[in-house]
Amino acid sequence: MKGSRFWAWLIFAVGTAYFFIPLIATFEFSLRMRRGEYSFDAYRVVFGDPRFQETFAYSVTVAIFTIILGVALVVPTAYWIRLRMPHLRPIVEFATLLPLIIPAIVIVFGYIRMYGSSSPLPFLATARGTDALLVIGYATLALPYMYRAVDTGLRTIDVRTLTEAAQILGAGWITIIARIILPNVLIAVLSGAFLTFAIVIGEFTMASLLNRPAFGPYLQNIGANRAYEPAALAIIAFAITWGCMSVIQILARFAPKSANRPN
Amino acid sequence: MADPFLSIQNVKKSFGNVSVVKDFNLDVGAGEFVSFLGPSGCGKTTMLRIVAGFEEPSAGKVLIGGKDVTGLKPNQRNIGMVFQAYALFPNLTVAQNIGFGLKVAGMPKAEAQQRIDEMLNIIKLPEFGDRYPYQLSGGQQQRIALARALAPKPKLLLLDEPLSALDAKVRISLREEIRSIQKKLGITTIFVTHDQEEALSMSDRIVVMNEGRADQTGTPFEIYNRPSTKFVANFVGTLNVLEGTISDAASGTVKINAEEIGLKGKLNGSKSGDTLSLALRPEAISLGRKAGNDSNLTGQIADVHFLGSVIRVRVGVGQNVVSLDTFNSPSSPPPVVGQKTEISFSSGDVLVLH
Amino acid sequence: MTQASISDPAVAAHSAPPDANRGFRLPTHWLGVAPFFIFALMFLILPTLYLVVGAFQNNEGQFTLDNITQLFRDASIRDAYRASIKISFWSAILGALAGLAIAIAIVRGGLPGWVRSATMTFSGVASNFAGVPLAFAYLATLGRLGLVTVLLRDVFDINIYAMGFNFLTTWGLVAVYLFFQIPLMVVIITPAIDGLKREWGEAAATLGATQVQYWRMVVIPVLWPSFLGTVILLFANSFGAIATAYAFAGPSLNIVPIKLYAQIRGDVLHNPHLGYALAFGMIFITGLANIFYIWFRTRSERWLK
Repeated sequence: MKGSRFWAWLIFAVGTAYFFIPLIATFEFSLRMRRGEYSFDAYRVVFGDPRFQETFAYSVTVAIFTIILGVALVVPTAYWIRLRMPHLRPIVEFATLLPLIIPAIVIVFGYIRMYGSSSPLPFLATARGTDALLVIGYATLALPYMYRAVDTGLRTIDVRTLTEAAQILGAGWITIIARIILPNVLIAVLSGAFLTFAIVIGEFTMASLLNRPAFGPYLQNIGANRAYEPAALAIIAFAITWGCMSVIQILARFAPKSANRPN
Repeated sequence: MADPFLSIQNVKKSFGNVSVVKDFNLDVGAGEFVSFLGPSGCGKTTMLRIVAGFEEPSAGKVLIGGKDVTGLKPNQRNIGMVFQAYALFPNLTVAQNIGFGLKVAGMPKAEAQQRIDEMLNIIKLPEFGDRYPYQLSGGQQQRIALARALAPKPKLLLLDEPLSALDAKVRISLREEIRSIQKKLGITTIFVTHDQEEALSMSDRIVVMNEGRADQTGTPFEIYNRPSTKFVANFVGTLNVLEGTISDAASGTVKINAEEIGLKGKLNGSKSGDTLSLALRPEAISLGRKAGNDSNLTGQIADVHFLGSVIRVRVGVGQNVVSLDTFNSPSSPPPVVGQKTEISFSSGDVLVLH
Repeated sequence: MTQASISDPAVAAHSAPPDANRGFRLPTHWLGVAPFFIFALMFLILPTLYLVVGAFQNNEGQFTLDNITQLFRDASIRDAYRASIKISFWSAILGALAGLAIAIAIVRGGLPGWVRSATMTFSGVASNFAGVPLAFAYLATLGRLGLVTVLLRDVFDINIYAMGFNFLTTWGLVAVYLFFQIPLMVVIITPAIDGLKREWGEAAATLGATQVQYWRMVVIPVLWPSFLGTVILLFANSFGAIATAYAFAGPSLNIVPIKLYAQIRGDVLHNPHLGYALAFGMIFITGLANIFYIWFRTRSERWLK
């Protein structure tokens, strides 16, 4: 017993070193912009850069639309599968897992070839269309996480009874989903939303290949041209990810723990 | 006991400052079925885990077959154990589960297979060898767990609340089955439970545990009818307690409310004016006067529960409420709430609790 | 009486709606899942199929295997695949083993509760901290002016660059990818380790098994499917990763996703269909890994519900 605890501490210590040394080093590096003393100059430069503000605002907007699209797509589907078509569950689950198998670069490559300006569905002909395609692409990337989160949330509520109760009171499908189901899985949906945000905000491949002025390509561009700002940006990106994950953890505390009738 | 098979001597166990087992002593004869009975937190499971070797006692020792095993690891003790949550290995079939101990011991395959078949027959699941645990009901899983524990022919069988996770019907049939298998194999068994009915119906002897101590050790009959402490009396069976005051210690007269009863020879040393708790089992009290009952008290019927063949009546006697059972006789009307009545009992059945 | 009431038109009319309802409901049934399937078809399956089909066509649209054989004949493409597979394989294996060790340590190691919750929170963050910022972090750590590089040089007199250290090697990238691979493993495998019941170990011990026998006969077989599944997920995760590597070196690093990136941007292979074949190769490899996993799971894990 004592021996195993020693090993556990050792593994934990090595792991902590492996993960914290780069973070500490990055933070230290980000403070070195002013010669001979530590300062937050790099952060001041980054935050003051209009390109930073523009690309960050663009990525936040895209993330919000991605979340809306993801929720609109996943919640009714997961609900319907649970309520009426459980036999389709394996197919839907397989489809939601595909983005983990098909790399993002391949998906976006397919988009570029299929939805070019001369195709029947010319998403890429206009900037707005390309924005839409980027949102769609991100929604597919987030699909596995969003679906898992929502499906887990639905498992903890009694979908059938809630639906029947609402129907007896005269509610239609839209009302049921928007007013009954969605609020009940809100915590799960929000968890999925923040995870989506964390994935989308710094995404590089799709944004770069679709030529959109997003935060990811901006990061890459800064990395290629500057010395200290990238370190500051890495710390900022880490803080954003940390923020999203903390919100998810806090949300998890409010999630309903047990079901009236599991499954 | 001339030659105890399992001997627990002065065992103590504390976790930090918390003393969980306080000076526990017990001798168990070969082939005996002994239950540790007590509420949760009384130390019964800790005591069992000390016998199994999962916990090291802070003091004292454990002997199995005359050999001191206190320092031995669980896998060197030659014991079988059944857990509350079955604990079958999910990746192994029923036959592989039962054969686990045999395989580990290096028994040749053919011989092991024979033993597995034998065990499957003993637990009456001969066709189940190829199934996986998740395909079985709780009762079936627990029988497999029993077969697995018994397959390597352990010298001692430890049962840690094996019936608690099962539903009522299965629980009763399985406890009879466990007892009959135990008798057939003659294996020394320790059974931990918080269910007094299980302990009373299965055991040769019961150890009632309270706050880390053995409050009383005895046959089910002794434990139920002659509880030696208030705790044992309360924990085992339903008990009516009447508060009384000794009005005359010499003649053994005790005053309950305004009435007096005689308890000569039961007061062992209490003085006049002392208050005491008198305990009576429901089955020792009759509604109305009855031949052979030398003590009577008056009261008022507070509550009537019709349970079929039996009617459970609660009678208010002064500040106390007494439960008693009367047989349902179709020809006479049941008692009515509010009715004045008398209850009677034999002073010989009164337990004086100290 | 009964007969009469059944033929009664009013009653008959009452009993009809369920049937009519069923006939009417069938399309709405499908309507509920139609948006999802249309979306999946349009933006997941068809674009992928487009590339797959394109991989087996020549410029004139005729069927050919030339593009596929070209993948093997072209030394640069072959090297890219080899490097990508090597990086993904090792980062998956090492990440899985390290992640497993950490998960076992925090679940079974008898460490205080805060260690586990802190590790889980951090793993959630770090598994999502990939892409460009990760490259920045490593450049700030082990770049020419990075903290660790400077400390090693000034304090320990070890010049890692003089020793030939370079991020843009297989092992350099493996070390960097482990930063998100290990936490991802921790996040996924911890629930599986939680599923190992303490009683199993105790039951095995009372049956006479040593710790090693218990691990060999129970723990490893029970964890194996989750472990293998996660390894494959980690493999796919790093096989498609591009941003980190691209941020280190731009288009010069020869791994498959960067090659494909360059091809999409500027047709560097001078053959669009070879580009499709490149993409097809990626799906083929990650798909193959998953098929292997599914096959393994169904074949040898009959005990899984």
